[in-house]
Amino acid sequence: MAGQEHVRRREDDEPIDEPGTPTPAPAAQDRDAEVDALLEEIDDVLESNAEQFVRGFVQKGGQ
Amino acid sequence: MTVRRVMGIETEYGVLQPGRPMANPMLLSSHVVAVHAAAREAGRARARWDYDDEDPLHDARGFHLQRAAAHPSLLTDVPDVPAPSGDGPQEMPRTTVEEYEDPGAANVILTNGARLYVDHAHPEYSTPEVTNPLDAVRWDRAGELVMLHSVRALASSPALPDVALYKNNVDGKGATYGTHENYLVDRAVPFADLAARITPFLVTRQVYTGAGRVGIGQRGETPGFQLSQRADYMEAEVGLETTLRRPIVNTRDEPHADPARWRRLHVIIGDATMLEVATYVRLGTTSLVLWLVEQAEAGAVPNDVVRAVDALALRDPVSAVHAVSHDLTLSERLELADGRRLTALEVQAEYLAAVQAALDATGGVGDDQTADVLRRWASLLERLGTDPASCAREVEWLAKLRLLEGMRRRDHLDWDHPRLSAVDLQWSDVRPERGLYQRLVSAGAVELLVTPQEAADAVVHPPHDTRAYFRGEAVARYAGEISAASWDSVVFDVAGADTLQRVPMRDPLRGTRAHVGELLDRSPDAASLLASLGA
Repeated sequence: MAGQEHVRRREDDEPIDEPGTPTPAPAAQDRDAEVDALLEEIDDVLESNAEQFVRGFVQKGGQ
Repeated sequence: MTVRRVMGIETEYGVLQPGRPMANPMLLSSHVVAVHAAAREAGRARARWDYDDEDPLHDARGFHLQRAAAHPSLLTDVPDVPAPSGDGPQEMPRTTVEEYEDPGAANVILTNGARLYVDHAHPEYSTPEVTNPLDAVRWDRAGELVMLHSVRALASSPALPDVALYKNNVDGKGATYGTHENYLVDRAVPFADLAARITPFLVTRQVYTGAGRVGIGQRGETPGFQLSQRADYMEAEVGLETTLRRPIVNTRDEPHADPARWRRLHVIIGDATMLEVATYVRLGTTSLVLWLVEQAEAGAVPNDVVRAVDALALRDPVSAVHAVSHDLTLSERLELADGRRLTALEVQAEYLAAVQAALDATGGVGDDQTADVLRRWASLLERLGTDPASCAREVEWLAKLRLLEGMRRRDHLDWDHPRLSAVDLQWSDVRPERGLYQRLVSAGAVELLVTPQEAADAVVHPPHDTRAYFRGEAVARYAGEISAASWDSVVFDVAGADTLQRVPMRDPLRGTRAHVGELLDRSPDAASLLASLGA
């Protein structure tokens, strides 16, 4: 069946190097640069009084 | 061989009134649900939940918990209504007094076939039944949007409190609330076999399903980071409870379907995940392992493969759940019942190998989504072993840890710093301008599987290929003539009819668009629909 051929071909091509992600994982230095940029964005939106926010985050238990 | 089966996700959201930590969470949750009903159903008659077929005290191990012995939180139905049977509409007597609706039991059946209600002081969204993990992601995303609509509606109503909602599972003070997966499983599989063969899988899948959590221990009493939100609250191997002594394998045997053919595996160990790939792979791999268990029961899997799976039994599964979650290096060895010591990744690799062997024995992959899940599973296990950071676009705990480690490095913070806890909590705020996960989406730092348009459509439309289609379309088309609905019924109240009419839906794979789409299209009102159904 077609589906079977599909997967066999992928296995022959070595699936480990062909992950499901459409874009390849960035190299280490690029990753750090990306994190730094993300952190700057997060600084802008993170609760300014983190301690109060965390202390006030009280939930009742659920399932 | 296929990843397809009837499945769904229930999520209890964290609820907060900003600046008012003492606000009553049940009241806030009721507002979240009621504002949705008011805003979207625009004053139409609201359908109640039909509890007739619910049986939360039926234990999959074959006994029935006495109501008097049950913790009150387990009584999720109403008692003693005779169970209906048969196909086609059934007549039900009208009540002579107006139905009493407890405002705290706010409940909305959405046109997408989902249920939005208040459960244990949290607003809960249960996806409609879907047939595959990608659709589960889509209707789970729809749930985030449903919650966002309610947040917005409350924010724009001066008379009502502002509410913030979080798709997470812990408050860091000791409370946890659940994200439950549901899978329909062939009743032929004895429950003991199912529990034994799925447990090592559930214990170890955290390495790619965990949402990540700042704090270790139920109250976060030890500073640090761990893979899973829920792990520290797992206290039993197998059990009926969901709100105390939470078990790795829950035995609630309430299939919401023909119990002679199906059981519903109710998985309560999982985390709510924002990352779409994390949700997709979680449901996809679990469905594949359930397929393996079903095939093993049917004798379709070679004996040595079944033995290899059975040999994965853990000496102490509850301790192993905690150990896996607390080990960021993924190198901790778990003791097996046969004396071997394997890492979580090695246990997962054994399951993957068994699924692939069963696949070879039964003649192939059923569809592209199955092939995709298998490929991702293999890729994640490989990369988690060699370069975990490369999984930060797909695995939530790694995406979260990357930000936290970056912040720790930059600002020289110890793990007990409140800014790190704030990142953990604010991660899952459903508001795009507040939620930190949403910042990653904007920056292209996570992989997406569902387009914004697909998610928006799923807010209003049901899946086509389960009975959720009939439920959702009935609510969309005949809302004023529906008095109640549930997973496996819709009760119509047609003006002028002598009785209510209840349409049972015992088979989750009937009531699809293929089955009833035309019928609905040619039925301008509920009376004509019921006439056709009865014919």
